[in-house]
Amino acid sequence: MSNETASAARTLTLRILRHNPQDPASEPRWARYELEEYEGMTLFIALNEIRERFEPSLQFDFVCRAGICGSCGMVVNGRPGLACRTLTSTLPSEITLAPLPAFKLIGDLSVDTGQWMRGMSERLETWIHEQAETDLHALEERMEPELAEQIYELDRCIECGCCIAACGTARMREDFVGAVGLNKLARFRLDPHNARTDADLYELIGDDDGVFGCMTLLGCHDVCPKELPLQTQIAFLRRKMVTVS
Amino acid sequence: MKIVYTDVLVIGGGLAGLRTAVGVKQRGFDTIVLSLVPAKRSHSAAAQGGMQASLGNSAMGSGDNEDVHFEDTVKGSDWGADQRVARMFTHVAPKAIRELAGWGVPWNRVKQGEREAVINAERVVITESAAAHGLITARDFGGTKKWRTCYTSDGTGHAMLFALGDQTVANAIPVMERMEAVALIHEGGRCYGAVVRSLVSGELTAFLARATTVATGGYGRIYRVSTNAVICEGTGTAIALETGVAELGNMEAVQFHPTAIVPAGILTTEGCRGDGGILRDVDGHRFMPDYEPEKRELASRDVVSRRMTEHMRKGRGVKSPYGDHLWLDISVLGKEHVHKNLREVTDICRYFLGIDPANDWIPVRPTQHYSMGGIRTDHRGESTTLKGLFACGEAACWDMHGFNRLGGNSVAETVVAGMIVSEFIADYCADSASDINVSTGLVREFVERERAQLDALVAGRGSESATAIRQRMEEIMIDQVGIFRTGNELDRAVTELEDLLRRSRNLAVRYPNPGANPELVAAYRLPKMLKLALCAALGARQRTESRGAHFREDFPQRNDRDWLNRSITTWPAPEASLPKLDYEAIAVTDMELPPGFRGYGTRNHIDHPDSPARHAEIEKILQAVDADDRHARQRALMPFDHLLPEKYRPRNQRLETSA
Repeated sequence: MSNETASAARTLTLRILRHNPQDPASEPRWARYELEEYEGMTLFIALNEIRERFEPSLQFDFVCRAGICGSCGMVVNGRPGLACRTLTSTLPSEITLAPLPAFKLIGDLSVDTGQWMRGMSERLETWIHEQAETDLHALEERMEPELAEQIYELDRCIECGCCIAACGTARMREDFVGAVGLNKLARFRLDPHNARTDADLYELIGDDDGVFGCMTLLGCHDVCPKELPLQTQIAFLRRKMVTVS
Repeated sequence: MKIVYTDVLVIGGGLAGLRTAVGVKQRGFDTIVLSLVPAKRSHSAAAQGGMQASLGNSAMGSGDNEDVHFEDTVKGSDWGADQRVARMFTHVAPKAIRELAGWGVPWNRVKQGEREAVINAERVVITESAAAHGLITARDFGGTKKWRTCYTSDGTGHAMLFALGDQTVANAIPVMERMEAVALIHEGGRCYGAVVRSLVSGELTAFLARATTVATGGYGRIYRVSTNAVICEGTGTAIALETGVAELGNMEAVQFHPTAIVPAGILTTEGCRGDGGILRDVDGHRFMPDYEPEKRELASRDVVSRRMTEHMRKGRGVKSPYGDHLWLDISVLGKEHVHKNLREVTDICRYFLGIDPANDWIPVRPTQHYSMGGIRTDHRGESTTLKGLFACGEAACWDMHGFNRLGGNSVAETVVAGMIVSEFIADYCADSASDINVSTGLVREFVERERAQLDALVAGRGSESATAIRQRMEEIMIDQVGIFRTGNELDRAVTELEDLLRRSRNLAVRYPNPGANPELVAAYRLPKMLKLALCAALGARQRTESRGAHFREDFPQRNDRDWLNRSITTWPAPEASLPKLDYEAIAVTDMELPPGFRGYGTRNHIDHPDSPARHAEIEKILQAVDADDRHARQRALMPFDHLLPEKYRPRNQRLETSA
């Protein structure tokens, strides 16, 4: 394994920011847990072990545990990322875990990204606005193979919320649609099935809660677990929006 | 007591559930989707390699049509499938893929001209026609005659689920996240909805509906090692079983995928082998052609998984601290192909194994992957015994997969079933027979029963640990109800699982919080999972033959004479430690494709006495029909059009008009 730091067993110390908003008596606090590391250990494994051995009430979210579904975004040693695919061997022996900021806290490391994404999606109408209804029985519309690949490239977003957690504007503006929202519009803009024009998009994102709110700090771009070209997309949209404004 | 009314309650926010919700909403009915997680995080997202639909656009798919897809599906199922359902499915699959294209799924497209591909470990040149340029392309998958699996790189399920998730928002369908149905409300053979627990607050709510649809996926997590997401615990199937009325079908039919990585158990898509990847043993030898000279790595999954296990048993596996494994080699495909068309696989290898599959071999072994069994329904998706309860997708057994599902047929099934079943649900809702005539007293009874059980767990008077019992269940399932099964081991499995179920009625919870409480959740799900495990283990013990994924070493032949049937389990007595097991015969006399040799695996089966007569009858019927009219020939053998919702009956257009 190329990225392992040591072969001898380490003792890991996990510091986890805990709070249960459902419990009126709960105050945010740091909890510490110690674990023996073993080969192939991920934060998914480590957190489940902590829950099993020490802390049955510890809340966190994993679904696919394969880096595909985006459930387990959290702040790992100060950086938003997917916990399930983070091998502990890539981290120092003291590991700090905190929930993603900017989302409603459900408890401990679990946050409500689902409702945030739904709200963004409703506002930006992030779906194909079809020009004509598809005839299910006829040959499909043709598309250039390269264009399909280009769309898929942007379609790979898993709505994990890391880009929002890493965004300076999102901290200041509650309604900022973020890289996730802007990337979606860029993705649908490429799609020939889509009937919306740039002028329509300007109505949605031609302000500081949209594309002009971005301060180009590149946080989203740096942390995106799917390595999406977020800055390029935001810059491109901004140029287009300036043109139609 | 909180009660919510809707027309259609959909339990499960994956592809099947969302497509059902969109379907009924577009027919004008109110619907609510309940999901354990944000819908776009459902396990559908993990489907990688693609979706089968017989478009026949690419050169290697030329000549494909519904007939070929049907034949592959039935052979794949080892003749366990309901052939009418398989026909409905293969007919609607091209429509489903075209609908999704309209909703923005960026299917990979045919590019005209020459391109390189790897077939049977050799580089070949494929020439795509100009006529097909820009249409949806397909890759090769196991058990198929044509290249039929349509894809978006290896993130097909993700792209499909996000398109459908977006459609759900576009149709203003509420998705209630972190909500778990813990019991179905029913009386007199009619289902009225569900008791639902909030995973955040612990609050119980009764949802009452004309139609209740379970689309909660499979039950893979009753096994210790599974490619399934951690939420695939089969609880939707289990609450149907716990009604004592609804039937489950073929619960012993459990698929093992040949190539999950070791030790994490994460899937690497069949597309790896479809695109030309090969399997190697401890000596680097490519062993599959020794066993399966015809289909090699691309026999159906049950066959490849058994051959791999057989080979490791001969000592040809690679030793590791996590047990033996074999190698999947996709480096033969070249860096560009691997990094572009198998990028999820690349990511998984990079993050979980620290390797680049363009250079390094991937450690793999067969791992639990798919549940062919599920809630038994008719071709409309309605439970055979509990009116108003519908099921679709992996949670259902309607039954298109029989005893083995082909790769690429499950994501296809999710959306196709959602399209078809939602139409029948809408028809049902339009009828006054679906009116909700249920007393609040009955509803209260169901809610109180759940509350009492939860209170008892939280009160902590039990003495057993859910974790310990669950781990033992998972071990029993993988060791004794796995790829190779024997009567003795299954006997022991059933006996011990019964004991675990009894013990699970006396659980202790350390953390006495009725609200958000992962330990409590694990505790109340455990008896449900054990019941499913018992259905699978008992079904496997009683089925003294080998069919598809169910392989009995003591009964290695497929036995159509005695076992051409579906296992049906119910759980009529709540306090019982075993389900009731019955069988539903599968008639040969009206099959379009009577049982025969699959074309891979071992040619070794006991014939059904009706088979020769049906073969002869088919020959006679076909003599009277125009040899060039494939639709007429099909209709003469086994008409199915009338079973489909009218809007899905038209024929599918293809590039080649003769198809």
